Amino acid sequence: MDYLTLIQLLDSTVRLATPLLLACLAGLFSERAGIFDIGLEGKMLAAAFFSAALAAITGNVWLGLLAGIGASLALSALHGVASITFRGNQLISGVAINFLAAGMTVLIAQDWFQQGGRTPSLMAGGRFEGITLPGAEAIADVPFFGPLYAELISGHSILVYMALAAVPLTWWLLYRTRFGLRLRAVGENPASVDTAGISVVGLRYAAVAICGVLCGIAGAYLSTALQAGFVKDMSAGRGFIALAALIFAKWRPWYALWATLLFGLFGALETRPDVIEAVIGMRVQGQLLGALPYVMTVIILAGFVGKAVPPRAGGEPYIKER
Amino acid sequence: MDVMPKWAEVILVPLISLLLAAIISALVILAIGEDPIAAVNLMITGALGSTYGWGYTLYYATNFMFTGLAVAIAFHARLFNIGGEGQAMLGGLGVALACLYIPWPHWTLALLGATAMAALFGAVWAAVPAWLQAKRGSHIVITTIMFNFIAAALLNYVLVNLLRPKGQMDPATARFPEATQLPTLHDLLAPFGIEFSKAAPANVSFLVAVLACVALWVLIWRTRLGYEIRAYGHSESAAKYAGISPVKITMIAMIISGALAGMMAINNVMGEAERLVLNSTEGAGFIGIAVALMGRSHPVGVFIAAILFGFLYQGGAELALWTSIPRELIVVIQALVILFTGALDNMVRMPLEKLFLAARRARAPKPERKPVEPAE
Amino acid sequence: MTGDTTLERQATAAPDVPAIELKGISKAFGPVQANKDISIRVMPGTIHGIIGENGAGKSTLMSILYGFYKADKGEIWINGSRTEIPDSQAAIAAGIGMVFQHFKLVENFTVLENIILGAEDGRLLKPSLAKARRTLLELAEDYGLNVDPDALVQDIGVGMQQRVEILKALYRQADILILDEPTGVLTPAEADQLFRILGRLRSEGKTIILITHKLREIMETTDTVSVMRRGEMTATVRTQDTSPQELAELMVGRKVLLRVDKTPADPGEVVLDIKGLKVIDDKGVERLRGIDLQVRAGEVLGIAGVAGNGQSELLEVLGGYEDGTGEVRLNGQLLDLTGRHSDGQSRRARGIAHVPEDRQREGLIMEYQAWENTAFGYHHDPEYRAGVLMNNAAIRSDTAEKMERFDVRPPNPKLAAKNFSGGNQQKIVLAREIERNPDLLLIGQPTRGVDIGAIEFIHQQIVALRDQGKAILLVSVELEEILALSDRIAVMFDGRVMGERMPDQTDEKELGLLMAGITDTNAPHSVEEIERNLAHAPGDASKEV
Repeated sequence: MDYLTLIQLLDSTVRLATPLLLACLAGLFSERAGIFDIGLEGKMLAAAFFSAALAAITGNVWLGLLAGIGASLALSALHGVASITFRGNQLISGVAINFLAAGMTVLIAQDWFQQGGRTPSLMAGGRFEGITLPGAEAIADVPFFGPLYAELISGHSILVYMALAAVPLTWWLLYRTRFGLRLRAVGENPASVDTAGISVVGLRYAAVAICGVLCGIAGAYLSTALQAGFVKDMSAGRGFIALAALIFAKWRPWYALWATLLFGLFGALETRPDVIEAVIGMRVQGQLLGALPYVMTVIILAGFVGKAVPPRAGGEPYIKER
Repeated sequence: MDVMPKWAEVILVPLISLLLAAIISALVILAIGEDPIAAVNLMITGALGSTYGWGYTLYYATNFMFTGLAVAIAFHARLFNIGGEGQAMLGGLGVALACLYIPWPHWTLALLGATAMAALFGAVWAAVPAWLQAKRGSHIVITTIMFNFIAAALLNYVLVNLLRPKGQMDPATARFPEATQLPTLHDLLAPFGIEFSKAAPANVSFLVAVLACVALWVLIWRTRLGYEIRAYGHSESAAKYAGISPVKITMIAMIISGALAGMMAINNVMGEAERLVLNSTEGAGFIGIAVALMGRSHPVGVFIAAILFGFLYQGGAELALWTSIPRELIVVIQALVILFTGALDNMVRMPLEKLFLAARRARAPKPERKPVEPAE
Repeated sequence: MTGDTTLERQATAAPDVPAIELKGISKAFGPVQANKDISIRVMPGTIHGIIGENGAGKSTLMSILYGFYKADKGEIWINGSRTEIPDSQAAIAAGIGMVFQHFKLVENFTVLENIILGAEDGRLLKPSLAKARRTLLELAEDYGLNVDPDALVQDIGVGMQQRVEILKALYRQADILILDEPTGVLTPAEADQLFRILGRLRSEGKTIILITHKLREIMETTDTVSVMRRGEMTATVRTQDTSPQELAELMVGRKVLLRVDKTPADPGEVVLDIKGLKVIDDKGVERLRGIDLQVRAGEVLGIAGVAGNGQSELLEVLGGYEDGTGEVRLNGQLLDLTGRHSDGQSRRARGIAHVPEDRQREGLIMEYQAWENTAFGYHHDPEYRAGVLMNNAAIRSDTAEKMERFDVRPPNPKLAAKNFSGGNQQKIVLAREIERNPDLLLIGQPTRGVDIGAIEFIHQQIVALRDQGKAILLVSVELEEILALSDRIAVMFDGRVMGERMPDQTDEKELGLLMAGITDTNAPHSVEEIERNLAHAPGDASKEV
């Protein structure tokens, strides 16, 4: 495998990892606050549709992004109402949200565009284009660093850079601010927060809202950057891979970056069977490679490779003890 | 005393939840410019207006009974088996292997053999997450989700690379031999002089599903094993105290659950498609969640909910055929049912409880001393 | 959050204005009336006790004062002005701090992080943490409340965790401190230390409310005391004007017999023989470090100790649901401590009955009806089964008989366990376990959360069983109960038996020293020594219910 192939492979790794990373951080905020969210998938899907739809209608991708975030936030609010206000089962709420998004997106797409549940293909202004970082063209011919900078680091859409910036930001927010302290506390022992005079409900809604915003960006990325338009079920299990990555990352922001990059790499390899064959000398079925993140997550969950300890109050609705 | 009488708990709460789901569904239909009442009429004629419609309704219901029971039995042990889909896929593989590689002399034996294989494959696929939960503490919801994806990948691999006949393009097995073809309701009802649609796929598996409902009822509410499963579901610490092994109950409940989900394959794979195709389960494993929630994890409730979802599926297909409403409407309704009967249960329950409490207070102005200890 | 606000608050409070005044507080949880028209006045700079049985509504009342629950009716006046306390934030602002019975700490946070949680000075943590570190040092000096600010809460003992809770309140400039059953997890020596700290706080002008069900603590530490019974305030008196006997009567509403009538024991053969019993928990912590004990037929062996020192594990391993190593013999025959024949069912088959410490989490399935609970653990017994099925009819009629004999009210086998009172729940468990004619009865916290009437009944049953020649192993954190029921007392500390005493040759003081891990009970001991000893004690707040 030559250097340029490697760069290309890593480039598509970054592209594929971006939605996973955003969704993974989304899940991190929610689960660190004690709200399990298996509805990442649905939120991404809804955001993907509404971003593409608004971008197609208005021709403005930023309006699309806003619409996507709005749709994702609406589903987050639903999750919040069900699991925080009415103390319902968070897992069941997540399942419902996934189905709701899967059904509603097609239903609305059909009603609005009559194209069999998809949006029209997005034209130039309706998409997030790659950004050429300063100097990329100038040093493109420099050996080694040239391609690295021009092909791998430069040329991604703004959302990719936003996702990468979200990692240190999340870390800082979580470990260096008052909000982060309280957020982590509410996921570990909500009673400690409640008796300290802080609203458990407020904190959890805030966390769920942040989760909604990040999922919204992730979904918008799918339909307006990675692809040019919405197709039915286009999130294709990414929400669940993000969930897997979150466990893999032990609910920590930097680990989340590495985990999603790893899973992104698997995704990139899936489309390049020739590369795998060249590297390990045998053909690997794409389907099996696609299952690798899931298998690895099961192994991690089984505690064979380090134990992943979730936030202690995760999944449990907070009821003042009687 | 419980705040609500039993009838309210068992009938009123699910009914109101269902009503809410129905109202929102109607609003959705209105919003996309269609007439909800006409839609319901169309669904009723399409799903229940003919033996053909009934045949499809019951065919779908059969699938949902199996997957609904699968989720229900796991719920009783307080395990959320989201992996019904994967277990049903594996069940399909078991059925395919049984039908393709064993020369069955008669469909009755084939049905027995295929049922056993379907149950076995489904059970094995559930047993791994169960073991991981019981022994390693791995969250069963996550592992069963992962196992759904792994099952899909595995099946894809097996169909494309191993079971696909040479020269065939689509990833599917060969057609099953004639001796394994199950009698449809048409065949079964003809001797009684009842005309039932020949084209509808409902088959003898429906009876197996009904039998499974009865068997599960006995298991949960009458046997010592069922007593242990429910006890474990209510309180793990108490179960341990009583000498009920958490590992044993987790394994048994999930194995039964996986077996039931897998058994769905005798309906869709053996009874209908008569070969194993990709994505043969069509999400029935997930619908089991809605069915179990709506049926309150009770076999009778599951039976009724499965019929209702069978009706929705067939009716939805008719809608998609005759109107511009896509089939995905059913997915929306399914989501709403899960939402209202599952996650938003308290939204319905809390006001009702207040109502009953107020009614009780009004009836008895001086309430007798309740022997309940207050907060401490 | 500076000292100024404190001064202001004190300045406005004239000496004859109560620091706290509650007027007509009522609170219902669903159909349960937890507090009924309660009024009290607490003067500043005093320690006010609130005493009552479990379930009398003490905690509910204080949770209302702390804004944890909202009262249905009534007014709260702080320092002479009417104060709305809709949430804990408002309570903190009004200068109220509360130390709950179950600590509200984040286990994997440091002490410092726990202290500032909710009382941070700004959006960033760094300055808050630095300030808290300084303040903590000052408080440690002022009140003798030493803690390591950087230790993780999960790594420090229960007594230490309680200090963190008190420090949390003081850090928030609390003038009024509420402590809910603070000594349940402490040794008598630790409790004395706590009361000294409280005394110091009082002399600084703080107002303290102490909730407890222990008469001794009330008599020794409080200035005034209120008695609660069944959600109502039955009396408020000056402590020096009352007596334990009077308080007990006010608590229960009738004359109480504070002793159990029993004849001297006549011990027979050794029934239970424990040698070198060890238990290591999931985290690898040794919970039992080699226990040697014997229980004879016809005697009650009482195990005293502060909660979390291995008593629970002892019951669990003997009851078959915790693995252990060592030798345990029942009537001379070895018991399996691990593997397939080490579970509740095998133990029952061998003649060991077990009334667990926590009936709601272990002894009963709260959602199951009384008859289903009567079969619990015995559901494989021949008379209760019909093939693979349960013999429901047989179980129901048996339950009806048992309920009759044990005076369970209401005597309805079809009522769910959660709908019985604590005492009646305990009777259901007791009936199930005793009526099997066991050789050995394990019984933990037999009267926790049980009303006094039922306590007498339960104690009589235990003594009656002993008189039938059964061996009884009793675990209780209530020293009075241990002293009243036991024929022999073993004291556990940190997974070991510190010593055995005869009840008529010992007293609470000696047992208290043993509970703190000090075996040389005749020598004089300083508080510091006891404290050092307890620094690494494995106490576990979660074990205390």
